[in-house]
Amino acid sequence: MNLEQLQRIVLGVIQQPLTPSENMRRRTRDGKSIKKIVEKVIKPNDRLTSFERLEIYNRVYWFRILSSLAEDFPGLRAVIGQRQFDKVIATYLRDCPSESFTLRNLGSRLEGWIRKHPRYTSPRTRLALDMVRLEWADIDVFDSAEFPALSEKDLQNLGEDPRFVLQPYIRLLDLAYPVDELLLTIRENEEQENDIASNVVLERVRRATKRPRLPKARKVYLAVHRQDNVNYFKRLEPEGFALLRALQEGKTLSQGIEASVKWTNRPVDHVTGQLRAWFANWSSLGWFCKQTERQEQQR
Amino acid sequence: MPANRFNGYTNYGVGIGLRIPHYNHIFEKKPVVDWFEIISENFMVDGGRPLRVLDQILDQYRVVQHGVSMYFGSAEPLNREHLRRLKTLVKRTKTPWLTDHLCWGSVDGRYSHDLLPMPYTFEAAKRTAQKIREVRDFVEVPIAVENVSSYAEYHVSEMTEWEFLNEVVEEADCGILLDVNNIYVSSQNHNFDPLDYLNSVPPERVAQIHIAGHSKFEKYILDTHDHPVLDPVWQLYARAIEIAGPTATLLEWDDRIPSFDEVHNEALKAKKFHPGQNNPAGLRPAARPLPEQTRFVHTKVRA
Repeated sequence: MNLEQLQRIVLGVIQQPLTPSENMRRRTRDGKSIKKIVEKVIKPNDRLTSFERLEIYNRVYWFRILSSLAEDFPGLRAVIGQRQFDKVIATYLRDCPSESFTLRNLGSRLEGWIRKHPRYTSPRTRLALDMVRLEWADIDVFDSAEFPALSEKDLQNLGEDPRFVLQPYIRLLDLAYPVDELLLTIRENEEQENDIASNVVLERVRRATKRPRLPKARKVYLAVHRQDNVNYFKRLEPEGFALLRALQEGKTLSQGIEASVKWTNRPVDHVTGQLRAWFANWSSLGWFCKQTERQEQQR
Repeated sequence: MPANRFNGYTNYGVGIGLRIPHYNHIFEKKPVVDWFEIISENFMVDGGRPLRVLDQILDQYRVVQHGVSMYFGSAEPLNREHLRRLKTLVKRTKTPWLTDHLCWGSVDGRYSHDLLPMPYTFEAAKRTAQKIREVRDFVEVPIAVENVSSYAEYHVSEMTEWEFLNEVVEEADCGILLDVNNIYVSSQNHNFDPLDYLNSVPPERVAQIHIAGHSKFEKYILDTHDHPVLDPVWQLYARAIEIAGPTATLLEWDDRIPSFDEVHNEALKAKKFHPGQNNPAGLRPAARPLPEQTRFVHTKVRA
């Protein structure tokens, strides 16, 4: 057995889901005896069997990643409840094991996974999806890059039909539910920050929090952004949202106005009449930045 | 030999890990701390608060980077994105040396986010050493590898953990981040004498030392970093200092983190074991003498 083969066997066992009582399973999903697999690679000692020794790693693996996702997605937990949240997360991680060196990216595929498997969040799938999109955007905005903002002089010299470059830390979300309010309420109840470290995780982080009242459907157009390294949720008018989204996609100002009119079905005057106020506000927030070489190449 | 080529010829004293619950205290009180160890992965990002905090710390303190997911021992190739981000951070912090663990943790691009023990084979030692060299050549700072605590051993192992460590660091020509708590934890889990381990460590390669607390269970000990350092670990630390000299030392406290002062005071106890310092705790190095032939068996320095 070479190094790669051994590591594949061990990781395969460590990533087996735990039993409901949080112990290592006796059999793999395809019915193989985990005890037999483990005995081939792991030595027993005078106190622990081979199975028990690898079970320590199996439990630590799940406690660490489940705790990490529970910290990243408290809103989803509030929407679907603790029991369903446990099922969603365990199944998601089984289908989408971590492919990143950092736990920060663990939830990056959760939105896509929920879209593919709506039964796990039914009957609140749309609300759950909105919440996951918001929570992931919040993670992403927190440590995204920031480039020098355009000055007033820069803005005046942009030409007739300019392309605006939005800061990399801005995420635009069209939501069917006001999950921004809900998430802020949830966070007021549980404020904790944890780092990645090298210690063993002894148990799952479980926080008993009072389940908040869930909101009724109401369209919200949101910018998740950052000011002085603090994340904020800013609600936008639909026309302004559509314009910003078009600009973020690389469209020119006139194309953005056209997209906004088309998407909102409002008269063009309604959009152009608000441009000055919108741009004054967005510029004051530093949302437009100078195009970097890398961004130019990407266009 | 506290200052050596594996820690950039520095004498850093006793530091603590930079942790979020202490940020406010550090920025408000500006305590005197020899140095901070940062977890590299927490700062390998494009912007935002993590880098802002780091820059503020760098303005006032010395920082050394410690990684938790390079996985030198994984059979798969190095993650190029990880390396690129690590090098960017190294340029920012100007860390005099860089540490990560002698372990594996990923297969086929799937990550465990854990420090999994190596099979102690010659094949594993060779491949691990090759990866350490690759990382060092890329990031262009000295590298020291940390011995991990472990709870399992493999049938395929061909040598002891300390023989494996020596094999790897000789082959890679790298330093050692000697974690005396991990030696103690593993010695209890695998029934070996921690002094056998400690006495075999090539002192000239010790770039840094880690101390930490652990948790005892009925049948094993876990490396939880949520307690003060226990006496057996202090005894090993005293012995390590006797062997390697007053080396840069770092207290790890990562869970149930108490106040800054409590963590810092616990770390500063390490100074009592340094030459010329009082030792009011009365702790002595673990007693077994070091055979000279063991002590100097690994002194070869590669050109």
